[in-house]
Amino acid sequence: MDLVHSALQGDRLALARLLTQVENETDEGRAALIRLFPQTGRAHWIGVTGAPGTGKSSLVNQLTLHYRREGRQVAVLAVDPSSPFSGGAILGDRVRMRDLAGDPGVFIRSMASRGSLGGLAQATAAMAQVFDAVGYDILLIETVGAGQGEVDIARLAHTTLVVEAPGLGDDIQAIKAGILEIADILVLNKADRPGVESTERALHSMLSLAHPTRRVVRHHGRWETVNEAALPTSEQMWIPPIQRTVATEGKGIVELIGHIAAHAEHLRRSGEWAARERARLRSEVEALLQKALMARFRAAVPQAKFEAVLQRVHERSLSPWEAVQLLVDGRWG
Amino acid sequence: MTGKKIRVLVAKPGLDGHDRGAKVVARALRDAGMEVIYTGLRQTPEMIAEAALQEDVDVVGLSILSGAHMALVPRVLELLRANGQGHVKVFVGGIIPDEDVPRLKELGVYAVYGPGTSTEQIVRDIREAVEGVVPQA
Ligand SMILES: Nc1nc2c(ncn2[C@@H]2O[C@H](COP(=O)(O)OP(=O)(O)OP(=O)(O)O)[C@@H](O)[C@H]2O)c(=O)[nH]1
Ligand SMILES: [Mg+2]
Repeated sequence: MDLVHSALQGDRLALARLLTQVENETDEGRAALIRLFPQTGRAHWIGVTGAPGTGKSSLVNQLTLHYRREGRQVAVLAVDPSSPFSGGAILGDRVRMRDLAGDPGVFIRSMASRGSLGGLAQATAAMAQVFDAVGYDILLIETVGAGQGEVDIARLAHTTLVVEAPGLGDDIQAIKAGILEIADILVLNKADRPGVESTERALHSMLSLAHPTRRVVRHHGRWETVNEAALPTSEQMWIPPIQRTVATEGKGIVELIGHIAAHAEHLRRSGEWAARERARLRSEVEALLQKALMARFRAAVPQAKFEAVLQRVHERSLSPWEAVQLLVDGRWG
Repeated sequence: MTGKKIRVLVAKPGLDGHDRGAKVVARALRDAGMEVIYTGLRQTPEMIAEAALQEDVDVVGLSILSGAHMALVPRVLELLRANGQGHVKVFVGGIIPDEDVPRLKELGVYAVYGPGTSTEQIVRDIREAVEGVVPQA
């Protein structure tokens, strides 16, 4: 069976199997990616990240329901960490997406991080490209915002939602500036819970730290941003809005969809969309290049020679820098 | 990371409302290095088959305590086959009367487990079913 052909025709089993091949980095998976690549570049990739339990999956569920009403085809890629001990994983995001069952315009795929940090973003991008190529126009990528790996995944997206929830108390300090910096839109979910006000305040002040040029003031009891209106539209910076939501009840979702659309519009108008695509493709090519060059190098240098150079480093008769120079120049003796 | 992982869908069809057993099994499978897609309570056979397809799983584990297994399990098997996933191995756990076990196996269920089954047993059986070998302990 030709999986690529069938998947492009809308065969869901073929698509599922193709995703497995790509995830497992098989030769078939790579061949498929090569064939599919010209068809990619059409979908809006939306990252949804945040601490465990903040309501990411519930939001993805609601966003998808909404996009479906607009007639869009939606793919969801839900990434969860693998256990560092066993390499296994429990992927539980579908539990909150049961409203999407039975809809042929939705495809949900769970994915384990499989423990590779740098590789995770690459693997996720590859899976996302498959969805993009076969015609899904909205791609929601859920990751648990904890480490560098997740931040890297967020960088893949055109639009990144960072999800926070009240009730973290003083732990709000645990919201790292790093995670806020990747936010295009801040979602304050569980707005039905006590403590929303103070969480929102904390987010606002952290946001103004993360984006020092974007002044945020309180005006008639509402948080507003200033110093932007005077600029011509094309030069306006994107100021991450903070949107309250109650994902379990679908509250704030229409507004959130509006922010996402506005962000896409901003990206296109400012040229940032193309810039992000270019940056992502560049890092993809660089990562592949690194892998390929390393493989070629290791194939060219006899193992024993390599070990001999390492031994000299170990004996301190050669520094690591000199060793690399020697190896790269092919002067390993 | 490259390489194949065993992917298992753990589902709870029917209306009975607790999934402690299913979660224990899910954790044991994770600890054995498998990737477990957990879908939660009250899944219809249609939802289960759809998830099995999208996730391209090797195994579906059904936890049924309600007594409705003779209605639910055949339907799941039928849908899997209709979707082109006849190769997926189906395991059933829960409170299944002895006389129903042969009937379920005839229908194509790989194994049926009662409440006292050890998770080691389940892990071993799944490996055998998927990889076709009995792993050395
Ligand atoms: N009160 C309230 N509960 C919510 C809201 N959104 C989600 N929840 C609940 O919060 C819990 C976690 O929701 P999920 O959507 O699974 O959160 P998540 O961020 O995807 O969780 P992980 O993937 O495990 O990190 C569930 O019990 C939800 O029902 C909300 O707006 N208000
Ligand atoms: Mg989730």
